[in-house]
Amino acid sequence: MPPAVVLVTGVSRWLGGALAAELAADPAITRVIGVDTVPPSPEMLRRLGRTEFVRADIRNPLIGKVIAAASVDTVVHMNISSTPAGSGGRVPMKELNVIGTMQLLAACQRAPSVRRFVLKSTSAVYGASSRDPAVFTETMQARQVPSGGFARDSVDIEGYVRSFARRRPDVEVAVLRFTNFIGPRIDSLLTGFLRMPLVPTALGYDARVQLLHEDDALAVLRRATTGSFTGTVNVGGAGTLLLSQAIRRLGRIELPLPSPALGSVGRLSRRFGFVDYSPEQMRFLNFGRVVDTSVLRTDFGYSPRFTTAAALADYARTVPPVVDPGTVHSVTDGLRSLLGRVGGAATAVEQRLRPAPPAPGLRAVRDA
Amino acid sequence: MPEARVIPLRPDDDDPYVPPPSSPGWEGQVAGGLEFLQRRLTGGYDTDEFGFDPDLADHVLLPALRPLFQKWFRVETVGLENVPADSGALVVANHSGTVPIDALMTTVALHDEHPAARRFRLLGADLVFEIPVIGAMARKLGATLACNEDAERLLTEGELVGVFPEGFKGIGKPFRERYTLQRFGRGGFVSAALRTGAPIVPCAIVGAEEIYPMIGNARTAARLLGLPYFPITPTFPLLGPLGLVPLPSKWLIAFGEPIETASYGPAAAEDPMLVFNLTDQVRETIQHSIYQLLLRRSSVFGK
Repeated sequence: MPPAVVLVTGVSRWLGGALAAELAADPAITRVIGVDTVPPSPEMLRRLGRTEFVRADIRNPLIGKVIAAASVDTVVHMNISSTPAGSGGRVPMKELNVIGTMQLLAACQRAPSVRRFVLKSTSAVYGASSRDPAVFTETMQARQVPSGGFARDSVDIEGYVRSFARRRPDVEVAVLRFTNFIGPRIDSLLTGFLRMPLVPTALGYDARVQLLHEDDALAVLRRATTGSFTGTVNVGGAGTLLLSQAIRRLGRIELPLPSPALGSVGRLSRRFGFVDYSPEQMRFLNFGRVVDTSVLRTDFGYSPRFTTAAALADYARTVPPVVDPGTVHSVTDGLRSLLGRVGGAATAVEQRLRPAPPAPGLRAVRDA
Repeated sequence: MPEARVIPLRPDDDDPYVPPPSSPGWEGQVAGGLEFLQRRLTGGYDTDEFGFDPDLADHVLLPALRPLFQKWFRVETVGLENVPADSGALVVANHSGTVPIDALMTTVALHDEHPAARRFRLLGADLVFEIPVIGAMARKLGATLACNEDAERLLTEGELVGVFPEGFKGIGKPFRERYTLQRFGRGGFVSAALRTGAPIVPCAIVGAEEIYPMIGNARTAARLLGLPYFPITPTFPLLGPLGLVPLPSKWLIAFGEPIETASYGPAAAEDPMLVFNLTDQVRETIQHSIYQLLLRRSSVFGK
């Protein structure tokens, strides 16, 4: 049975807004309510269509009244901030993430109309360290529980959602652990990071990166909202790339820095509002993270259209390369033709000096 | 009387003359290098989920190891027919030599000398992946963390997985204990093989013990650096960087007959008695084959 009234939190961001817009375009859904602390941009507002926007803070008990009044039956929780810069510092970020989720879950627990809860979580809950297996399945846990930041928040949030599921067994709960998003329109940690012409990386480390295209992310969220999957699922594109390889494919220049220096570069870049990377993101840069997506393909029933490489290529359309692959090709082709000429001349000279022995023509002997 | 047979006098005459294949000239090599450079600059190569980079391994890492394999250690391989050509198997070997060069040489042996040019996927300790550069290079050469999850994933994908169950106990043992196998961990490798039904190929490596004869262990230095041991050899740290040159011992690598595990079924991995027995069987086989190889080798630094 399709949902009648859907509440989407974090609707002012690209992914939340895009999901609300898609749900609003579906005539089977009666009402779509979008919640966020900041109003959506005018362009986003146009796309949202018949979505009703409620400017509310999920940290505020008001959200309970919204859920009860509209008798919401499906809640999609996406208002989880991954960077301190986006929410005005680490303390407000943690408050929004953890306290906000608690408030929302408390409101859902009180509302008898709610029968489905979808959480947009992250594969960051698996952590990133040298002691981790190369590929994580849903049943694995972080060997080292992430100590702070977004990953820690996500671990806490998943814990609250699990206990909510125990208290309200009649509610179907789906937890989606997404890998890093990428695409021409989405604004994610990695898109900002890879847009810099000089990309700082950890010297002596090369992370394995698994990407998910924004279109696939949207399709998975939509399917999780309207479908009946319950449980936890890893969501990521097929295949992986090394960070250095991704940087080269985008025509960026890699700037390997020793890990301590990387920290201060991160602080500097955060101060100037470029890209911010915290200690946990640095660990991700060191080791990377790959998840097993067989549950996504079988139980959940969705195969991402974009592989990691294809998603990166689609994103690359929007970032003009610093090192143009065309230039690289023309330079190497030029060198190759030069080499061919030099090689040809050298063989000619060699043949003049030392003619090759003729092939033995002994066939006539047989008749003798 | 049997029928007369016609024996052609010059059978070669029927075949067209084929000039001997010439090795690629320097132009070909430079062109190959240019192509490689272009691929590296534009990121146009493939890597797998474990971080394995076949392009880099084939064009940089293996060629760098080859002189060591052919000229320096003069490695001889025995029993390559025991290594399956196209299916998963777990190669279990003894570990020695202070620095895990034995793992690298076995990688070269299986790639260069095995008819199917098998890729050897090593399982390494977490310490390896923590060290900058070394850890990244190990992954690019096809290694991954020694844990059951990774081992089973590689084996089910049909890869040839290499494991050194002695770990640091084997590689960091003093020279006087050379060629005596240490304890074989907790038998995790056997349960991985049982769960995936992959055969276990025992592998004995002779020669690695002598490359850096470890006559002492500076425990304080090891503790300061966070290493399991800090080797003192006759030349290191006495001669400084020169002491890092391995001694040119003669190497023999022997692959024994595979021990089949599929008939036990995956549930057998939960039977500790069977796991211990198999672990012991593998250990005995390797120890036995080490003694045989030692008898075969006439002298440590000989031809």
